[in-house]
Amino acid sequence: MAQSPSRVITQATRKQRIRWGQIATIVGFLLPAALIYSGLVILPVIQAIYFSFFRWNGLGPLVNFTGLANYARALNDRAFTTALSHNLQLVGLSLILQLPFSLGLALLIREVSRGRAIFRTIFFLPFVLSEVVTGVIWNFIYRPQGGLVPAFLQWIDPEMTNTALLASPSTVLYALFAVITWKFFGYHMILYIAGLQNIPVEIEEAAAIDGCSRIQTLRYVTLPLLGSTIRLSVYLSVLGSLQFFDLIWVMTTGGPVGASDTMATYLYKFGFQRFQLGYGSAVAVMMFLICFGFSIIYQRAAMRRDFA
Amino acid sequence: MMTDKTQVAGGAQRQIIVLLQYLAAGIVALLVLFPLLAAVINGFKSNSDLLLHPFGLPKVWQWQNYTSVLQSSAFWQQMSNSVLVMTATSVGVMVLASMPAFVFARLQFRGREYLYNFFTLGLLFPIAVAILPLYITLRQVNLVDSLWGIILPQIAFGLPSNILILRGFFASLPRELDEAAAMDGCSTVGFFLRILLPLMRPALAAVAVLSMVASWNNFFLPLLVLNSERLYTLPLGIQQFQGQFGTDWGRVLAFVSLALVPTVGFYLLAERQIVTGLTAGAVKG
Repeated sequence: MAQSPSRVITQATRKQRIRWGQIATIVGFLLPAALIYSGLVILPVIQAIYFSFFRWNGLGPLVNFTGLANYARALNDRAFTTALSHNLQLVGLSLILQLPFSLGLALLIREVSRGRAIFRTIFFLPFVLSEVVTGVIWNFIYRPQGGLVPAFLQWIDPEMTNTALLASPSTVLYALFAVITWKFFGYHMILYIAGLQNIPVEIEEAAAIDGCSRIQTLRYVTLPLLGSTIRLSVYLSVLGSLQFFDLIWVMTTGGPVGASDTMATYLYKFGFQRFQLGYGSAVAVMMFLICFGFSIIYQRAAMRRDFA
Repeated sequence: MMTDKTQVAGGAQRQIIVLLQYLAAGIVALLVLFPLLAAVINGFKSNSDLLLHPFGLPKVWQWQNYTSVLQSSAFWQQMSNSVLVMTATSVGVMVLASMPAFVFARLQFRGREYLYNFFTLGLLFPIAVAILPLYITLRQVNLVDSLWGIILPQIAFGLPSNILILRGFFASLPRELDEAAAMDGCSTVGFFLRILLPLMRPALAAVAVLSMVASWNNFFLPLLVLNSERLYTLPLGIQQFQGQFGTDWGRVLAFVSLALVPTVGFYLLAERQIVTGLTAGAVKG
């Protein structure tokens, strides 16, 4: 029981020495990442909040403190609320059309025994292309004179006059959504395929043996077991739809007359084209709050059980 | 019990279902590939040909659309800028993300979870939120209109998700390794470098490949940071080329098609890593 005092001391000093070595390792491992991350991610976000309370053109000192005026201005600007509504429409369209389509394909591809890998490779291909390449190619496909989509539409209905889908405010958002679906459905499909692979085959077989039809097995066994993947894919799709920029910028720059503006293109126009940095920052902060608010609510309401 | 007859009928029905499945998958595959093939083929057409015959093969194959792009120094300059930015970004992300991921997965110390939460907080911030102050910061340190002005923010914004992914992989390696290494007198750094990292090769490959794709395709940052044409990356170059030769669609499509080649080639080589990386961060199991 009783230890000699000298032994206690050596043990204590060794412990001390190991601790210091350990701390040095931890600091050394974390510091480089912490510096670049704090300086280029965290600090700018804090600055954005700070700038948003000022009127500022990016040059000279920050003196025109305006409180919440920038926020009030954005909320009262029809162009901003319209841009936000475009984001929300894209969210809705994605959830109603794109995700079920991706899920259907994942289920379909699972059934296909030969050539499954080839189909998967093809379906996923657009996701790895840049949005700029995608946008330029689809600009060509949609172009009013000699574009493939207008030519096709006129072949179906020669009377049709309004075939410049990107140039008309009533169709531009849907035309863009078609491209968005083309580009992103493969990503959600890959998520669903991975989720489906985690479902043990035995469970579905047991359901079939118990007399479930294929539809019933799908409805009562497969889909519930895929729940966490579906909730995740909804989450990623909503956040992505709230942040669209590249594709829209390349295809329409938010036009015609703002009919396809999103929060991000609106932000770009005010922040970088008109150099209203205070106002642009307020828009950025609101964009963040919308995404963040959604994250919190959605994780509380829908994804809580997935992270248990 | 099934009779022979119903089995045969079931077989025929089954075959029709399979046929329909292939038909559906085939149609979707065509819809996916069609725009890409249209771009490549129409890149060979003259402008009048493009206007009059948007579908079908070129009447005369205009090879000079492609050769003029291949002979332009701008195309190769943009390609090499993109490669440089991509390489630096993925190396930076791999090095800087694997060290904290190791610390958060394998070392015990007070405040670890707080620090981990701090590093993954960035997942909540889309780059658009930070972009205006980020631009001011880059201007202050003279990184506007420089490739480092893209590389460093790309690394910084890549850290949270990659620390998250790599931490999961580090945590999945057996705990016994720690004890064995400690018994053999291996230091923490040595343990990280010589034992865990070699075991992490597939995970690191996934992370590297994902950062490469993200960097290769990035448009927002280069659009803001770069002014000089000689620094343009490919996406920026394509956008500018479309603006400049907007009416000369044959050449624009040739340019885009050539820019597609490395992406598609890389995808076919690294599809497994891309899929692993994307699903590892997302799907548990």
